[in-house]
Amino acid sequence: MGKIRLDDDRPGAASRARTEREIMRSRTLTRLAIAVVGVALLGAACGGDSSDPEDVTAAFVLVGPVGDAGWNWAHDQGRQYAEDQTGATTLFVESIPENAEDFKAVAVDFIENEDADVIFGTSFGYMDPMLELADEYPDVVFEHASGFKMNDTNFGNFFGRMYQPRYLSGMAAGAMTETGQLGYVAAFPIPEVIRGINAFTLGVRETNPSAEVHVIWTFTWFDPAVEGDSAKALLEAGADVIAMHQDSTAAGVAAQDAGARWVAYNSDMRDFAPDAFITAPVWNWGPRYSEIIEAVAAGTYTPGAYWGGMDDGIVDLAPLADDVPGDVASQIDDVAEQIREGEWDVFTGPINDQDGTERVAAGETMDDGSMLGMDWFVEGVVGDASP
Amino acid sequence: MSEAAVVGLLVATVQFATLVYLAGLGELIAERSGVLNLGVEGMMAMGAVSGFMMALATDRPWIGFAFAALVGMAVAGVHALVSVVMGAGQVVSGLAITIGGLGFAAFIGQDAVRERADAVFTDLGIAGLADIRWVGPILFNQPPVVYLAGLLGIAAWFVLNRTRLGLALRAVGESASTTDSVGHSVTLLRSGAVLIGGAFAGAAGAFLSLYMAAGWTEGLIAGRGWIAVALVIFGAWRPGRLAAGSLLFGFTLALQPRVQTFDLSIFGFEINTISPALLGILPFLLTVVVLIAISFRARHRPSPAPAALTLPYRREER
Repeated sequence: MGKIRLDDDRPGAASRARTEREIMRSRTLTRLAIAVVGVALLGAACGGDSSDPEDVTAAFVLVGPVGDAGWNWAHDQGRQYAEDQTGATTLFVESIPENAEDFKAVAVDFIENEDADVIFGTSFGYMDPMLELADEYPDVVFEHASGFKMNDTNFGNFFGRMYQPRYLSGMAAGAMTETGQLGYVAAFPIPEVIRGINAFTLGVRETNPSAEVHVIWTFTWFDPAVEGDSAKALLEAGADVIAMHQDSTAAGVAAQDAGARWVAYNSDMRDFAPDAFITAPVWNWGPRYSEIIEAVAAGTYTPGAYWGGMDDGIVDLAPLADDVPGDVASQIDDVAEQIREGEWDVFTGPINDQDGTERVAAGETMDDGSMLGMDWFVEGVVGDASP
Repeated sequence: MSEAAVVGLLVATVQFATLVYLAGLGELIAERSGVLNLGVEGMMAMGAVSGFMMALATDRPWIGFAFAALVGMAVAGVHALVSVVMGAGQVVSGLAITIGGLGFAAFIGQDAVRERADAVFTDLGIAGLADIRWVGPILFNQPPVVYLAGLLGIAAWFVLNRTRLGLALRAVGESASTTDSVGHSVTLLRSGAVLIGGAFAGAAGAFLSLYMAAGWTEGLIAGRGWIAVALVIFGAWRPGRLAAGSLLFGFTLALQPRVQTFDLSIFGFEINTISPALLGILPFLLTVVVLIAISFRARHRPSPAPAALTLPYRREER
């Protein structure tokens, strides 16, 4: 007696998972209740014909807290922008886990009880339940970031060419490093993250041809202690500029503490480490959200696989720190302009991989399919693309 | 591998060890009195958010740290009330504290998320010693909480093993009715142990928000409270072994990112090819191994676990 037996823990673990979800749902319900009041007030205030965006109700399902300063915060900024621009009613729930049961519960609630016309799902794991719901509710539009499935009538996906501003941020970072050694706190070894590391490194080498980018995988999207510590590890290994892919700001704080520099991500995070901040590739979801809401209102919506770039403004570069040299800043402006005009893109050859093998020939530009499946590092990256 | 990389690894080892040791020591004290508290994760979250907000308001990390301990104690008070005074199931009550604590911390911390505290702990840099090569940065240039955790560990060992109070506390963890019959208050002893455990967990949370991550966000604790619970088993309910276990767990936590940058080969084996994901589960694998070892050993010798652990006590009832 008295020993902790493994089988004692099992029912506890299950009930923990269950109750955790219930708590999230009850927070969700509180927020929903607030949102419902808002809808009722708005509904009473306006009216008009069915082609008016003001009559559209758009509901957002977010995977984490909007207060994360990163991914979810950026999506919530986009929601607010779309609401201001179109006058549509917007609703949202935070911290919905990536499983079919939870996603469907909140989405169906939005559709059945709030008359939602559009459901935006903003995490990869929502893809399959969204596809199923799109089938069940043909009159509702489903738009998903960042998956690859869609249908012909009411389910599309959208994402941004983050590699474009990442390249530009690399150009700035390459100019700011003194040691020529940069660190990259990477999230998970998936094509999206690898593409970002490669674009960043190509940018770094544009302004600093012999520089190297050292990669550490954290296997986290959000764990400030690990992300901060990984940045420290890179700094100890000799890096003096840290870039990152996670949603926390811990890497920036670690860089600032060490007197090093930092390229942030997701949003303009300069307030968290003002001395370290160089710039950040940022998301700007608002215009795409407005576009979809307007198309739904006008009845012209057709689903697509949207992968927008800097020309659409869905991705951009945050303003550079004051101490980035003027000639580098104008060089970055020039390249940004070329990207926006479609004259040049990041993965244009010659590009070699880590082993020195040519992957993109001179003058050629990589197609979207190869970019979306990228699983190798470019020359200049120190690390393992498949750890 | 450079000197800076090795020193960095060991500096981070000590800090991660401190984090899980503080929380684990509190849990150890509670468990030695016979109360399992699975609410460590929730108490750490409450300590992290309240300590951070208090430091933000007062500009003093120590005030935030002390406040976090008080808040951790208050949250543990719920567990003491439910499981010790009222005699309800410890597992359910503890889990409720973890889930409720995480949710409540997220709720009260909403406005603190995008805040940056200037009042966080800094490294002490003990004069004359911090500059010694290798040893200096690892032992003599740590934040003050590291040294506090060491002192608390020694104090806990002393009280548990060398005082009448400690004897009573260990006795109540072995057999509440016996302790009751010699005139000690079971409720008082166990509640006290649970409250101290809560204070330690709250303080550990504040070490995370006021030093290691230097900020508050939902999800900050990220399972480290559960590592602390596992560590108590790993350390066989003894403060000294808990310290050794904490250093080992801290080492694997610190190694996880760093191993990827190490350019080192041992007998032709490239050390940076070890999967960091595998290292991440190592502490838990080790805990399972220790659990198995304990259960095998228990066939010949008494288990190191307090015999009355998880058993509520009501007088006149057996």
